[in-house]
Amino acid sequence: MDFFFQMVLSGVMLGSIYSLVALGFVIIYKSSGVINFAQGHLVALGALILWTFLMKLGLPLWMGGLLAILSMAFLGVIVEHLTIHPMTGQPLMAVIVMTIGLAAFLASLMPCVFGALEQAYPSIFPKGGMKIWRLIISYEYFWGFLTALGMVSIFLYFFRYTKLGLLMRAVADGHNSARSCGIKVEVIFRWSWAIAAVSAIIGGFLLGNIVSVSPAMASIGMRIFPVVILGGLNSITGCIIAGPIVGVLELLAAGYGDPITRGGAGDVMPYIIILLTLIFKPHGIFGEKEIERI
Amino acid sequence: MDVSRPCGIFDTTYSRDIAVVPTKTHWAWLIGGITLSFLIPPFLSIPWLSWVIETSVVIVAVLGLYFVTGLCGQISIGQAGFMAVGAYSTVILMNQFAFSYWLALPISALITGMVVLIFGIPSLRVKGFYLAMATLSSQFLIMWLITHPPFDRWTGGDDGLTTPAPTMKGIVFDSYQSWFFVVMIFMWLMIFFAKNIGRTRVGRAFVAIRDSDLAAEVLGINIFGYKLTAFFLAGIYAGIAGSLFAPYIIRFSPANFNLEKSIWYLGMLIVGGSGSVVGAILGVVFIRLLLHLTTIFGPSIHPIPFVGPLLANYLGGLVFGLVIIFFLIFEPRGLNHRWVIFKAWYRLHPFSY
Repeated sequence: MDFFFQMVLSGVMLGSIYSLVALGFVIIYKSSGVINFAQGHLVALGALILWTFLMKLGLPLWMGGLLAILSMAFLGVIVEHLTIHPMTGQPLMAVIVMTIGLAAFLASLMPCVFGALEQAYPSIFPKGGMKIWRLIISYEYFWGFLTALGMVSIFLYFFRYTKLGLLMRAVADGHNSARSCGIKVEVIFRWSWAIAAVSAIIGGFLLGNIVSVSPAMASIGMRIFPVVILGGLNSITGCIIAGPIVGVLELLAAGYGDPITRGGAGDVMPYIIILLTLIFKPHGIFGEKEIERI
Repeated sequence: MDVSRPCGIFDTTYSRDIAVVPTKTHWAWLIGGITLSFLIPPFLSIPWLSWVIETSVVIVAVLGLYFVTGLCGQISIGQAGFMAVGAYSTVILMNQFAFSYWLALPISALITGMVVLIFGIPSLRVKGFYLAMATLSSQFLIMWLITHPPFDRWTGGDDGLTTPAPTMKGIVFDSYQSWFFVVMIFMWLMIFFAKNIGRTRVGRAFVAIRDSDLAAEVLGINIFGYKLTAFFLAGIYAGIAGSLFAPYIIRFSPANFNLEKSIWYLGMLIVGGSGSVVGAILGVVFIRLLLHLTTIFGPSIHPIPFVGPLLANYLGGLVFGLVIIFFLIFEPRGLNHRWVIFKAWYRLHPFSY
């Protein structure tokens, strides 16, 4: 039974990082309706930029972190301006394929710029683990969980109380009505990409402490899809709750399924979640069912 | 002015109006083109012959995507996974059940169609991004099933399978030169079938669903049935493409059908122009030509210090991503639109108004 609880606990911690990364995806989707297939690549890019600042340039954590966050926000704006902005008015499929093209481009660009080797951050969190009741939790997971939790609450505060957050929610509600209230919708799109890029780099930093830092980190992009599908595409609450669920199910599948299937059960679990969600509750736990008119 | 017909051609009968190949000149071009396509092997070096065969196989696979994405408007990111089903079931039927290749090919195409139908079921309730997710999951699920118990007993897991050479009346198809003809025949058949589907009741229903599924439903089109038909056709095409691919590559493993391939097939369709058969073919040829050029010129940029070796490795992906981004920004209707413009220009020349 300890094994079970251990898996659940680790799953919640891992899932909170999924939530954080998926949050960037949901922010972009809510404000502009763009499905971003390159979110995972933004995570890897952020992690690699931070690694360059910390290890190659030897900056202290606070300075390197600040610079990396600023440069990622800037990159997010540039990416939006170059690739998504020209697609205004195009059908959804074209925009999706655009982000897929962007992902393919970034996936090949990152190894060219940063190298394809697996790197490690300087040990920021203490090594080892701590004991809660009879369960052991490593510090990387624990601090990652706390940071993700903090970031998510900051985002929640941001959307509820700050002016920019309110503007973004207004844009998410309807582009034309927001425009008629005098909101510059294009500017809000850019902000949403900047914020998504920032949430990506923080997720990348947390993930980079648990696994190694390399362009292959982009595969986390495939993990945020089950989170957003299960939670509901346009629901921030859903995204926060679904992250730990996916994390727990993934680790449970890995823990109990791998001996039977000889590995890989944890990797395939998220996609089974996607399929089951789509068949039984297509719009997720908290997603709104869109009402369409001709 | 309507320039879809050459100058001086007036359709005086209905049968002529709806003809696939409207004029004698078209017939001459078509028959000439097909004949030429069968005569090229002696003039090609082995790498280029291999390129032509694989391109023809990919054309068949992308034509399957053309039904589901191009005509029916449902994004599918799993075509390579479906191709894997076709390739694996062909070889398993040949190895385990001693089927001849020519029987295994249609059966595995049907098997693939059935498998794709299962993954098409979510299209009952969802569309757009959600359906893209369902097909993406199917890609991963199929790859996982192939490499894990209980199926890895037959599929060889990550090591893959070796295809026995198909034989027909004493002819053994064990070389590129011989397999080329089989692939070509199938490719042309599949192109004609795809071209015709767009003109039938089914094809028009697909287009209606793509343009507005709600309006189509109000018109009395059975959306779910037609979406499943589109997925089934995509599966049949993917299965045939996989079956044709297996004897060409001889030894294949799941790595031949990974997610990257699925994404590339979708990209090829988009670059070509998703709503037309000519576009699908142009897109496949264009992108595969670019890729082949990057593999040829990759070694020449290798000596550049620092970035050279890495750039040479990842040149294909870089070019592919850039091509998709540029096409979507500057020519969202794809290569097919350029081809239509060219034809109009040619027909009006020298009076361009």
